[in-house]
Amino acid sequence: MSDRSLPMRFARPGAGGFLGYLAVVLIILWSLEGAGWSADRLISSPPKLADFFDRAWPPSTHNLDRLAWKMVETLQIAIAGAAIGIVLSVPVALLAARGVLVGRGVSLAVRTILGFIRAVPDLAWALVFVVAVGLGPFAGMLAIVVDTIGYCGRFFADDMENTDPGPAEALTATGARRLDIAACATIPAALPAFVSTSLFGLEKAVRSSTILGLVGAGGIGIELKVGFDLFDYPTAMTVILMIAVVVIGVEQIGAMLRAAIMGQAR
Amino acid sequence: MPLDHPATHLTGTVTDLQATGLAKSFGKARPVFEGLEFRIRRGECVALVGANGTGKSTLLRCCLGLITPDSGRVSLLDQDMVTIKGPARRALRARTGLVGQKHNLVPRLSVLSNVIHGLLGRHSGPRYWVQGLAPAAARTAAFAALDKVGLADLALRRADQLSGGQSQRVAIARALVGNPRFLVADEPCASLDPQAGEEVMALFISLVKREGVTVLFTSHNVQHALSYGDRILGLQGGRIAIDARARDVSAQDMARLYV
Repeated sequence: MSDRSLPMRFARPGAGGFLGYLAVVLIILWSLEGAGWSADRLISSPPKLADFFDRAWPPSTHNLDRLAWKMVETLQIAIAGAAIGIVLSVPVALLAARGVLVGRGVSLAVRTILGFIRAVPDLAWALVFVVAVGLGPFAGMLAIVVDTIGYCGRFFADDMENTDPGPAEALTATGARRLDIAACATIPAALPAFVSTSLFGLEKAVRSSTILGLVGAGGIGIELKVGFDLFDYPTAMTVILMIAVVVIGVEQIGAMLRAAIMGQAR
Repeated sequence: MPLDHPATHLTGTVTDLQATGLAKSFGKARPVFEGLEFRIRRGECVALVGANGTGKSTLLRCCLGLITPDSGRVSLLDQDMVTIKGPARRALRARTGLVGQKHNLVPRLSVLSNVIHGLLGRHSGPRYWVQGLAPAAARTAAFAALDKVGLADLALRRADQLSGGQSQRVAIARALVGNPRFLVADEPCASLDPQAGEEVMALFISLVKREGVTVLFTSHNVQHALSYGDRILGLQGGRIAIDARARDVSAQDMARLYV
């Protein structure tokens, strides 16, 4: 047997690594202080939370038909916005993917714009479109369109950049144009990933659309706001449960479709 | 017998490919090859051989303008492949083809659509993207090319449902459908079992000989290189160590390339 000693289970961090860990801990503590961390308030919250659930339970069934129609409107906002956003994301992604249609400069510019779109929260986009087109679901749908482009445009571009370059190279060698190569080799190769990303986009749109009503952009969110404003907690609880059921349902359907289309791996 | 000086034995009339002073390196590493000089005559079938890492694939891609060399010239079908740009380069490439070792078909599309893509150098636009939209002439030409490789009855099968040998035959049909003048094949049998590799190589060479296409192919199979190549180009240490007619090269000469 060799006289070499067994290696350590874990490597001892160097001075730089130790300082890095220390910095992370300090940043988290600093953030907790800025976020108003209060152990007293946390400890005193369970009775208040129990009181809320006591007043909210059982959920109200008085306005169930109106709430159901608002939920339908919410889904319509999400589906229409996501569909338009996904379709528009394809040409945007073609301009964002480096080496597919454009070079580094254009790709960087388009990716920066997509980064800006994602950096602005969906509620802020809804506020912008309420100002632009007025209150109602149309403003919400436009907010979902922009939000979906920011999300799908970036990930479609990543999906295209990560495809096997072989088929594209074979077509390049025959003198094909870049658009033909993208249409015939790159997009078909990225299609399963597009479908998966689109389903995530739809799930994200459904989640977003449920709260757009808070700023007057249509959907069931307004009912949630009114419920809390009027201390009508049973109605608010009904809305919360409806949102949970719909969001979980859409996520489950999305997961099943993804598994059917792509298998277990993304 | 191998020749020390490249291309001196050639007496042919038309040169389809001529490399002059070709060099290529990646990053600050030692050049993959430098000072390469050779030419390939019209209708010739040339086997490019050498150990792993000697730059065979890089050289093929330099010849087709897919990689820009650090220095030197590549004259392909009487045009300078290094400096030619835009539509002129696409027009030149429309007269060339590439068969890769990974077949490089689009997996989700039909066999016929994949072959029609071989016409994209001459015809552009959505009508050539999938076989369902393609003009009758394109479908007929692609089907005829498939028939030549014995796969006409699989025209509507998805490419990812083919065996390795069938995939490579489709790749050959795609490369030939546009009637190229110059064809490059990068280890076309590397991913196939010996029997399928033998069948594919025999079919490939018989088709290109019949069509009079000039071919530059790489292979690690010494017998393939000696049997199917009219001429052998051997790369070693970034230089051409063998440039000779296949019948003048022995298996021992070839073995020295891999030392």
